[in-house]
Amino acid sequence: MTDTRSGSKTIGGISRRTLLKGTAAVAGAAAGSGAITGFPTIWAQNIKNVTLRQFGTGVSNLNAVADKVKEDLGFTLQMTALDSDAVTQRAVTQPKSYDIADIEYWIGKKVFPAGVMQPMDVSKIKNFDKIVPIFVTGRLTPDGAIAQGTAPHTVGFVEGKDSTKFAKAPTQWMTLIPTIYNADTLGIRPDLVGRPVASWKDLLDPAFKGKASLLNIPSIGIMDAAMVCEAMGEVKYGDKGNMTKEEIDKTLRIMTEAKKSGQFRAFWKSFDESVNLMSSGEVVIQSMWSPAVAAVRAKGIACVYQPLKEGYRAWGGGLGIAKHLSGLELDVAYEYINWYLSGWVGAYLNRQGYYSAVPETAKQNMSEDEWGFWMEGKPAKADILSPEGKVMEKAGAVRDGGSFAERMGRVACWNAVMDEDRYMVRKWNEFIAA
Amino acid sequence: MTVTAETSRSPAPAVARRAKRSRLLPRVAPYLQAAPLTVTLLLFLLVPILTIVAVSFWDYDSVRIYPDFVLTNYVELLTSPVTWKTYLNTLKYAALAWAATLGIGFTVAYFLAFHIRSTTWQMVLFLLCTIPFWTSNIIRMISWIPFLGRNGLLNSGLISAGIIEHPLEFLLFSDFAVVLAFVHLYTLFMVVPIFNSMMRIDRSLVEAARDGGASGAQILWNVILPLTKPGIAIGSIFVVTLVMGDFITVRLMSGGQSASIGLMIANEISLLQYPAAAANATVLLAVVLIMVAAMLRVVDIRKEL
Repeated sequence: MTDTRSGSKTIGGISRRTLLKGTAAVAGAAAGSGAITGFPTIWAQNIKNVTLRQFGTGVSNLNAVADKVKEDLGFTLQMTALDSDAVTQRAVTQPKSYDIADIEYWIGKKVFPAGVMQPMDVSKIKNFDKIVPIFVTGRLTPDGAIAQGTAPHTVGFVEGKDSTKFAKAPTQWMTLIPTIYNADTLGIRPDLVGRPVASWKDLLDPAFKGKASLLNIPSIGIMDAAMVCEAMGEVKYGDKGNMTKEEIDKTLRIMTEAKKSGQFRAFWKSFDESVNLMSSGEVVIQSMWSPAVAAVRAKGIACVYQPLKEGYRAWGGGLGIAKHLSGLELDVAYEYINWYLSGWVGAYLNRQGYYSAVPETAKQNMSEDEWGFWMEGKPAKADILSPEGKVMEKAGAVRDGGSFAERMGRVACWNAVMDEDRYMVRKWNEFIAA
Repeated sequence: MTVTAETSRSPAPAVARRAKRSRLLPRVAPYLQAAPLTVTLLLFLLVPILTIVAVSFWDYDSVRIYPDFVLTNYVELLTSPVTWKTYLNTLKYAALAWAATLGIGFTVAYFLAFHIRSTTWQMVLFLLCTIPFWTSNIIRMISWIPFLGRNGLLNSGLISAGIIEHPLEFLLFSDFAVVLAFVHLYTLFMVVPIFNSMMRIDRSLVEAARDGGASGAQILWNVILPLTKPGIAIGSIFVVTLVMGDFITVRLMSGGQSASIGLMIANEISLLQYPAAAANATVLLAVVLIMVAAMLRVVDIRKEL
């Protein structure tokens, strides 16, 4: 089956491969690994037999991507989805068990210094120039502000090919090629909250006593907690993404008090838990991820991904290459990453409510109406469909939070790993056990 | 066996050696027979436990662990008030789950053993008890959630029956829910050994007690209960060790709001803090062993096995 499929695609693939061959030849010469570029026919044959193992968090480990990559490029991509803690763990402790790591930037901050991955040569990344500047300079617009936390550009580059030290400014060596990101906020049940919600501090409003929830992944939960405490005016932070011990103590003291007074109904750890809490009405306001909001809505239950005046907590993920990858497999990995940024996946992710790292190519793969709804905050002219073809929004709907610039331009903080990580985790566990 | 066969075939001059061997063999044979089990236990029980103990003295940072000999893991563990609170909480769950499973388990077993006269019906009803255990325990646990929820079956039922006005919040994501799930999950572990002990009780003892003028309660207390003790002990060991080591029931049923030792270890593992988790596991192992030893002190189960 594989043979017939890839056989029929070869004709369509030729121009693309020839093009890539050219790029690879230039880049290969530059990198000093000419082994493959000299034998283009072997390369074209061999790529069919290559299997790359990709693992990462569930968000972008999509079977549709694996199927499409098989169709377009011919090689096999095996995907494994794990939760973010397990991803970190496996990335560091079993570096031979994967070829491509699909991880978030804050995970990258933990994983990369362990020396289990290799940086990527940006000269081999065709669309590098078109990547959203957040991932390169940290600013969405030239005069935009840099958000707090582990902003992707701070861990996006290393100093050299064999370096594990993050570079202060962009270099030729990128740790993760950005693929997917979003701005997170609180999800609410507009039918049950009974009043407008406009600030992070509403999470601890006594009106929602016993009906609030927070996510229990320490490094992300602490950020939501910090957004809440800052909005309440109780704690002033130097950098929410890198708190001092006192800031951690103060934040969690407020959260512990709220917990003891019965503010929280539950803490969730996985996507489905957050969906169930919301759709069953156990919870009316909680930390949430955008596809979870979509999943609640898909059940016909009103749920809003509420923009808040303090801004968003953002996260971003990217693809990284394991250290052990070399030769043909490494070239395939580069080709895969180039393909990832070339538009099809970008459009797919945009249609799920995430953002793609190269909007320009994604746009070419989306209809004008889709682009207007997801990226420009315009009312949908027709029903908006999910990538699987299910109706996500009816005609006339407007995306919660508006356009790309409005949402990503109002990021207050990125998911982060702190210097006081170990202390924070201990305190977080105390909070959960309190 | 092969050795014996070979010896018997050996010629006369080897008699002296054979005599020596045949004296040696009876002494060695039991060890040889026990060897496979010993090796298995060594490899799959003792070595892993010793590894855990060894790792509990290692040092670690956020991504890696370093072979070392430090006591910080134990110091951090034992001096943290969270540990003590969590142990207390876990012991509370264990005690509540134990008391409830014992009460229910004893009653069910008693009913099966003494009130059902036909053996066929005894077996049918006993198998009926085990049916829920053919499904995965996580399914059995999760199915409580829609039942007990704020808008769940129980609350909506009570509200429409006019018994309560507002949904009962304590039903789900609470200690009540956790203990309820434990009882549901583990009662069978109590029923089986108690039922087994009760079936071995000589019915003439009950008759003798009745002839001697004992009341029903006196028979239960002075005859049946003492003779059922080994079953109770075995059931208790099952329930207590299962509850002490649990993490998923506590997480799901408390809505992530309560802690147990198992959950604490799971959290540490997920944060790559293996040495801390190992130290925690070592302490938990010691605590559980002490609890089991104490139970065995009270009841001599060997007498009955």
